[in-house]
Amino acid sequence: MKKFSSDYKYGFHDQVTPGFKVKKGLSEAVVRQISKQKQEQGWMLDYRLRALEIFWAKPLPNWGADLSGIKFDNLIYYSRPQGQQEKKWSQVPAKIKKTFDRLGLPQAERKWLAGVKGQYDSEVVYGSLKKELKQKGVIFLSMDEAVKEMPELVKQYWGTVIPAGDNKFSALNSAVWSGGSFVYIPKGVKVTEPLQAYFRINAASFGQFERTLIIADEGSEGHYSEGCTAPAFSESSLHAAVVEIIVKKDARMQYTTVQNWYKNIYNLVTKRAWVGEKGTMIWTDANLGSQVTMKYPGFILAGRGARGEMLSIALANKGQHLDVGSKAIHLAPDTKSVIISKSISLNGGRNSYRGLVQINRGARGAKSKVICDALILDKYSRSDTYPTNRINDNSATLEHEATVSKVGEEQMFYLMSRGLKEEAARSMIVNGFVEPVVKKLPLEYAVEMNRLIELSMEGSVG
Amino acid sequence: MLTVSNLQAEAEGKQILKGVDLQVKAGEIVAVMGPNGSGKSTLAYVLAGHPQYQVKKGKIKLDGKEMGGLSADKRARVGLFLALQYPVAVAGVGLNNFLRLAYQDIKREKMMPFEFREKLMAAAKLLKLPKSFLDRAVNEGFSGGEKKKTEILQMMILKPKIAILDEIDSGLDIDALKIVAQAINQARKENPKLGIILITHYQRILNYVEPDRVVVMKQGKVVKTGGRQLVKELERFGYEKI
Repeated sequence: MKKFSSDYKYGFHDQVTPGFKVKKGLSEAVVRQISKQKQEQGWMLDYRLRALEIFWAKPLPNWGADLSGIKFDNLIYYSRPQGQQEKKWSQVPAKIKKTFDRLGLPQAERKWLAGVKGQYDSEVVYGSLKKELKQKGVIFLSMDEAVKEMPELVKQYWGTVIPAGDNKFSALNSAVWSGGSFVYIPKGVKVTEPLQAYFRINAASFGQFERTLIIADEGSEGHYSEGCTAPAFSESSLHAAVVEIIVKKDARMQYTTVQNWYKNIYNLVTKRAWVGEKGTMIWTDANLGSQVTMKYPGFILAGRGARGEMLSIALANKGQHLDVGSKAIHLAPDTKSVIISKSISLNGGRNSYRGLVQINRGARGAKSKVICDALILDKYSRSDTYPTNRINDNSATLEHEATVSKVGEEQMFYLMSRGLKEEAARSMIVNGFVEPVVKKLPLEYAVEMNRLIELSMEGSVG
Repeated sequence: MLTVSNLQAEAEGKQILKGVDLQVKAGEIVAVMGPNGSGKSTLAYVLAGHPQYQVKKGKIKLDGKEMGGLSADKRARVGLFLALQYPVAVAGVGLNNFLRLAYQDIKREKMMPFEFREKLMAAAKLLKLPKSFLDRAVNEGFSGGEKKKTEILQMMILKPKIAILDEIDSGLDIDALKIVAQAINQARKENPKLGIILITHYQRILNYVEPDRVVVMKQGKVVKTGGRQLVKELERFGYEKI
């Protein structure tokens, strides 16, 4: 079997000297140092310190993936590259520019994105937004800029969807967060092209803790997407992001993730959206990389007729455990949620679907539909489902379909018996399997997704 | 010519084929009959190279080339085709696309999509499969009869040297059976060298597709070989007496 690293296109590493970095390990001093570096106001430092207390107090989750390999004392919690966030591409430091070049940022920005952020380790190093969107009042800043420049707007929403104490890793993020995006789309404004963030970890034994807050005001529309890559190091790194989204009345937000971390990353992310009356939140979430992922993007359907959709793809290859799913909380009448989870396990990879559907009393006529499909391509691989349903309103409808099957092996034989080579048959089956999710993506992402899936499986043939 | 000699094979440690001898010459139709559990389907899978079965002993030769140890795709390229008893659905994989790639792999020649489509449409027409089937995912939501027709459609396109048809007649109504039989005969007309192993439980299909020989399997072995009159005997007396 070929080594995975040889197929991972983004495993390169830059020799750069950070502008500043904290000593390894986590402590109150480290948190204070980060806050001081950012010249924050007191409220944010207080928030960080309270969150740190919560982090210390909470045990590691005793469910889900094995997290015992995270060496909290060995990680570097903040590493700032040299320079500032640049608005001109030409001013980004040469080596960093080259990295983002290889990730395709400038090409994508030219061709089809409404705005871009590039985060390198702890800080956003490049950002842009189309002029006409700026003129319409759209705000797309790094989270650090937003906290500095519009603290009142930030404070109003910060931590309202995901409090620091939501879980151990949201607490950690709240304590040491750095970077991430702040997006505000004003009433009635429709941003048709995606706003995209590129997250890059370059340092070894590092923790990236970006924080993203998106507000889609009444009747607005937007699509935010993120891609993540890291060098091929043998030491583990940690990525623990928090993403909070507020979708107001009649607004529509889509959030697309293409997670392609190298297989040394613990990816423990908390993502949740609050959705108001007749608002729509769509998560399209693809997990191809990382050693361990635990992530359950969810929605709180708070206004009448609010809708939430979660479409996810997880591909677990050798040595990977992806524990992903969704949480749908129905608080209001006529709310609707759809969760479609597709997982592919091969070469001993392991997938778990873990989901919660909660329909509160009074959410009359709420509907939820959960579909979990697992494709297991060989006998060494594994897939499990852990659904939880709490239905407290008797007028609610819940549909749940779970197909976990080894049909993959029979399909492989079928296509191969027609003359297709093993790799061609496998990629055909996998692409067909994920098609319902991929077709929900803009064309550029769909193409990229199919390409990444092919890459992730290349060399996986025993 | 396909020559199977002393073929022994097992699945999950259990021996199923206990020394099968069988010959199918170019252009010949051999009907394989036998009670449930006699190893007919296993024989089909083993010949096609299903990874779940392990060959313990014996030889499988197609035109002198040893097939044992080759993966299923390589056997297909040498000229074997298996129509499955229960064809599997493959979500999101369109029949037209998949079959064109398979065709190119087997024939080692490129074919323009429109040119291939015309070929496919002609075969579909013969089988009375609506055009819409060509763009649907393979076998997904197909009825039993439609699946069987699609298997024959694939055989007609891929033009193998030897086709193994595993209970191609099961689950077909009389009209569908006639259509499938006609298509098989048409395929033979187009390719007189096509050899067929026709695995079946019933005489019915043999009225339309006439076998040159009839072979009876029992407990993992060929126990009797004869002409067409053997079918009548079996219908009357069953397998017990053999």
